[in-house]
Amino acid sequence: MSDLSITGAGATADPNAREAPPASQVRGYWGNVWQRLRYDYATLFFLALIILIVASAVFAPLIAPFDPNKASMAHRLKPLFFRDNILGTDEQGRDILSRILYGGRTSLLMGIAPVVVATIVGGLFGVVAGYAGGKVNTIIMRGMDVFFAFPSVLLAVAISGSLGGGMINQLITLTVVLTPPLCRVAETATSQIRSMDFVDAARASGASTTSILFNHVLVNAISPVLVYASTLVSASILLASGLSFLGLGVSPPTPDWGLMLSTLRQALYVQPIVCAMPGVAILITSIAFNLVSDGLRQAMDVKA
Amino acid sequence: MWLYAARRLLMTIPIGLGVTVICFALIYLAPGNPVQSLLPPDATAKDIEELKHAYGLDKPIPIQYVIWLGHALTGNLGISIQTNRPVLDEVVRALGNTISISVISVILAFVIAMALGILAATRVGGFLDRFSTSIAVFGISVPSFWLGVILVIIFSVELGWLPATGMGSAGSDHFSWFQWSEAKYAVMPIVALTLTPLGILMRTTRSSIAEVLALDFIQTLRAKGLGRTAIVIHAIRNALPQILAMFGLQLGYLIGGSILVETVFTWPGTGFLLNKAILTRDIPLLQGTILVLAMAFVGINLIVDLLQTAVDPRIKRA
Repeated sequence: MSDLSITGAGATADPNAREAPPASQVRGYWGNVWQRLRYDYATLFFLALIILIVASAVFAPLIAPFDPNKASMAHRLKPLFFRDNILGTDEQGRDILSRILYGGRTSLLMGIAPVVVATIVGGLFGVVAGYAGGKVNTIIMRGMDVFFAFPSVLLAVAISGSLGGGMINQLITLTVVLTPPLCRVAETATSQIRSMDFVDAARASGASTTSILFNHVLVNAISPVLVYASTLVSASILLASGLSFLGLGVSPPTPDWGLMLSTLRQALYVQPIVCAMPGVAILITSIAFNLVSDGLRQAMDVKA
Repeated sequence: MWLYAARRLLMTIPIGLGVTVICFALIYLAPGNPVQSLLPPDATAKDIEELKHAYGLDKPIPIQYVIWLGHALTGNLGISIQTNRPVLDEVVRALGNTISISVISVILAFVIAMALGILAATRVGGFLDRFSTSIAVFGISVPSFWLGVILVIIFSVELGWLPATGMGSAGSDHFSWFQWSEAKYAVMPIVALTLTPLGILMRTTRSSIAEVLALDFIQTLRAKGLGRTAIVIHAIRNALPQILAMFGLQLGYLIGGSILVETVFTWPGTGFLLNKAILTRDIPLLQGTILVLAMAFVGINLIVDLLQTAVDPRIKRA
């Protein structure tokens, strides 16, 4: 009698208790990440900024006021707000704003593509090294160590300087530079997870290696790898613009922020402010990617 | 500790060898065959024969590597195509100029980063924390060569206070740090180099000190009645090994990665040498400079690791 009344009272007091457990249990990991991001307005703002930058690069032909390669001998090196050339013109009379919009295509490609390839390649090697351990680990990781003996800028200059300029060579260089650090992060994450009890439990209950790798190891290793990869986008953009600045990037007249800075440097004493503009584009893009990656790190709860 | 030091020293050998393999391979990355890369285009048939013989270019690649390594170990890094002088001489002359501005920059960055990092870590979420963190984000996001251009615009073009390029009025031969008329040439390169390590070091300082401040023993110190300053000093001492490690890494990055800033200011260091090698496609010069810089980086890492074990005896890594 008393038992019944207690359960009855509990049911009436909290009728939804059984149907809806606490929200955090329902959402799962990615749901929690999204919940934390939703209220992180700073990160959302910079995420929106990135989307805007990407969109303005993709739709450059629609929004650019001028043809980025159309030279005009009469209007060389004009200041800001000269007629319709909002950001002035360069040493060949080409519209700076249009060239910055088109240049975003190169810079974003150089920032994102090498990181994606390096994440896949480096991540794969890292997971294999971390999961296999032993000799395989030694061979892969000691091989990667050799690349860590170079500061990243020096390694990029070494490879790019030997290969020569051009877009493909630049993509290859950046990918080679970014792969070892990603491999190391993936290896650390994997070998930590491998030694955890739930992996042993899965193995004891007869799960296959493939199943353990995909269902247990990979899903847990992916957060630190993704967070780390996101920090590399800005690094890759800076490195790429540096290589272009040294003449190791796309060949003129293709618009590229680093290359623009390099050629405009000759006109420093004529139009100083105009000459600095491509760098502002690099800086804003790089800050946006850095802050979004900081926000992701917090939301995914990955330690630095 | 000595056992660890010996083991760490031994570990450097395979890495050093790996570095030489990569540097050797650079000749094969360059388009065209190695003979074209190593000799000026107007080389005579006799020159080509001599080079082929000296480097064993008609032999299999592993043997070529061994011959090349033998040359490199005895200080023969080849002849610069452009200047016709031994590469080693060129690199040694430039290296001092790079090391001097890099060391000053990284020390400057370290001092400012420690101050800002400690202020930020002890006031998490406060105004000073936000201010320092913003500087750090700017530091790691700004392209150093663009910062150099901005400095030139402000201090050379607009204000006319500092010379835009070069090293001393009479070139690098009579450069003196103790005369303003000469030392002023180094001011902007140093500032442009400082900001990136400043940002990174400030973040490391902030996070590692904040981490220590959250540990239990700090609570104990507080319970014992220690003042704020004394507690922060405890935290700094505990966080120092981690910060020192980052300090060494940043010094290495600056020495190896100063090419962009040196190019902007035509500062006659190794980075400028590399830029010259790239522009003139002087592969021997490129290869030799990179080998020396990478070896310097390996050496710095070794020293930092050993110093770290000396500072923090708890570190007994395998």
